[in-house]
Amino acid sequence: MFNTLKILFHHGRQSIPNVATAELPGIFRGRPVITNEKIDTAALVKLCPTGAIGSSPISIDLGKCTFCGECAFAFPNKITFTKDYKLATNSLERLIVTEGTNQPVLLDASLIRSEISKYFSGSLKLRQVSAGGDNSCEMELNACGNVNFDMGRFGIEFVASPRHADGIVITGPLSENMALPLQICYDAIPEPKIIILAGTDAISGGIFSGSPALNRHFLNQYKIDLYVPGNPIHPLTFINGVLDLIRTNPRHT
Amino acid sequence: MNHIAVKNNERLSLTSIPRSDYERFLEHNTALLDDSANHCVTYFGVPEDGKIKLICGIANDNEHNIYLSCAEINRTEILPSFSKHHLAFQVFERELHENFGINFSDHPWLKPVRFAFDRADKDSCIEYYPFYQSDSVELHEVGVGPIHAGIIEPGHFRFICNGEQILHLEIQLGFQHRGIERLFLEKKTLLQRTTLAESIAGDTVAGHTTAFVNLWEALCGFQADDELRFTRTLALELERIAVHTGDLSAICTDIGYQLGNAVFGRLRTPIINFFQQWCGNRLAKGLIRAGNNHFPFDKELGIALKNMLDQYKPDFNEICQKTFRQPSVLSRLEKTGVVSWEQAGSIGAVGMAARASGSERDIRKTHPHDKYINLGHQPVIKHHGDVYSRVQVRKAEIIQSIGYIRDLLMHLPAESREKKELGSPAANSIVISLTEGWRGEICHCAITDQQGALRHYKIKDPSIHNWVALALAVRNNEISDFPVCNKSFNLSYSGHDL
Repeated sequence: MFNTLKILFHHGRQSIPNVATAELPGIFRGRPVITNEKIDTAALVKLCPTGAIGSSPISIDLGKCTFCGECAFAFPNKITFTKDYKLATNSLERLIVTEGTNQPVLLDASLIRSEISKYFSGSLKLRQVSAGGDNSCEMELNACGNVNFDMGRFGIEFVASPRHADGIVITGPLSENMALPLQICYDAIPEPKIIILAGTDAISGGIFSGSPALNRHFLNQYKIDLYVPGNPIHPLTFINGVLDLIRTNPRHT
Repeated sequence: MNHIAVKNNERLSLTSIPRSDYERFLEHNTALLDDSANHCVTYFGVPEDGKIKLICGIANDNEHNIYLSCAEINRTEILPSFSKHHLAFQVFERELHENFGINFSDHPWLKPVRFAFDRADKDSCIEYYPFYQSDSVELHEVGVGPIHAGIIEPGHFRFICNGEQILHLEIQLGFQHRGIERLFLEKKTLLQRTTLAESIAGDTVAGHTTAFVNLWEALCGFQADDELRFTRTLALELERIAVHTGDLSAICTDIGYQLGNAVFGRLRTPIINFFQQWCGNRLAKGLIRAGNNHFPFDKELGIALKNMLDQYKPDFNEICQKTFRQPSVLSRLEKTGVVSWEQAGSIGAVGMAARASGSERDIRKTHPHDKYINLGHQPVIKHHGDVYSRVQVRKAEIIQSIGYIRDLLMHLPAESREKKELGSPAANSIVISLTEGWRGEICHCAITDQQGALRHYKIKDPSIHNWVALALAVRNNEISDFPVCNKSFNLSYSGHDL
């Protein structure tokens, strides 16, 4: 008994008090900022392993970016990665960061379905499906529920059965061999339900984009409610994205 | 001589591998495995002039060598199998069968491996996997997956049970197949290939990326300097501490021990946060690069890491003492999920799972690379092969790794002032790269063509061998003990499915 109390004393309070304002330690490659500096555009575009960098104007698509940071090393005056971990949004256009701007990534309130805040703002149960994920986003989604990030305090939890879920969180580039299980799982979730794509691989295929072993047909059939960029996603990116999604009331904005 | 001996990460001309006819090739390699100091690290086929060239690599733990040999066969031939003599070859031959349609006359279990997109039999499909079945009215089957209750990767487990008791488990994988080996050839830039290596298994970023960059540098004839070798070794040991700690937490979850789950879980956080502090990514993606280092390890980082470990270790020891003295914890771990030394040897088990069954196998000792060459590593060995042995190996390896990191921090490498050019890969070459990831032995093998372009890339995650160990471990256990058995191995789905 005494030992247990000692352990609890040393354990202390671990949860991050405010997930929206927490500062990350050291360096973190979050939202990139692109300056207007003139550089060799062709070299920059060619450098990117996943074709995330576009030209005229120069831009980075966070849905394709693997956050390797090589562009910032090659062109340090052009591109810097800030520690801003709020990267999630619900529109593909808003995932694109263009040169000369330094704006936070926000959700487009007009795209949020009204039933989301109505039903899910106080409680959201999610079913996770890894479809070719490399276990990095999966580990970070697990971390969302640990004692540090403690997502459960917001009523957001992962559940074992799709029958108990209000939505699906997909990780990985959607392998062909997971196409059927993913569809079955989605169909088993009762309406209304949401779809969240977690990680660069899920949003665009990432480095696997174009692989013949993928089948991304599932994504063409449904509206995606939230894109969470990252390789892997940071737990704070996920938690803030989901909170913004369920707490934004489209009628009040 | 029927083989040529190479060292880990040594470049070799492809034509210098001795070629024999298939019968002698079989006889030679299966005879090598009669010696328990030898094990198969890779065995694969490469299409060549309409035929298939089979290349087999057997590692010798005492001489620190890898014995390479090859044979050429036609796709249509029906061959006697290696697996008939040694089960350790079974998965390699199943892969040859799946990829090229090569048939074996006496393979005991010629089933699909991962339903690769470029498989020979396009009519086969993952929905119709040929499960082992029982007709007995006394027994029942339990199917679990591919999607599991927790947030983990997909795979299907089919149990045949007598009441609560598991008689047989068959593990069907392949759901995670992304075609990585083919992408290594199709993606042409080094950065793309490094990104691929980082994505083989996201829990083993340091392991797989180290294997790749060591291989690539060997192909290019590049000598890594002290700074690069320091970075890789430190990343490997940090990754080992992080995952082992996380797995101890998950094992506590699976036996319903909440305190252990919470405390081990939060102890993992500062380790992966240190990766972020160092390289901007909690799982070390972006850290390891061939011939280059973006993240010099300065004194300040060294002090931060030392302080973090100084805080970690007493708390870790405290929770270990509490957890592993609880009779209710030990009763769930001891004698659960036993893999005997004989079984581990016969299936070619590797890594910490093999070491928990009394095997000494550890690349850090037998085929050292980077800073391990001067480390004098002694593997942690346990002998019972049960869940508790695997827990004890993890616990002891965490303490050992902390010691290694403290040693490494005593001599921080000087930042390399002159950047050497990496160069380009040599033509007609082969390199085998072995790395001891936290799970066990990772093997990458590359072959270049006449222009020095990649012609073949072969990846072997330790899980390839060890999934069979899990299937054997759960036999005669209660089905309710499956989760804790599974977590004690924590094998990779994506590393297996590629």
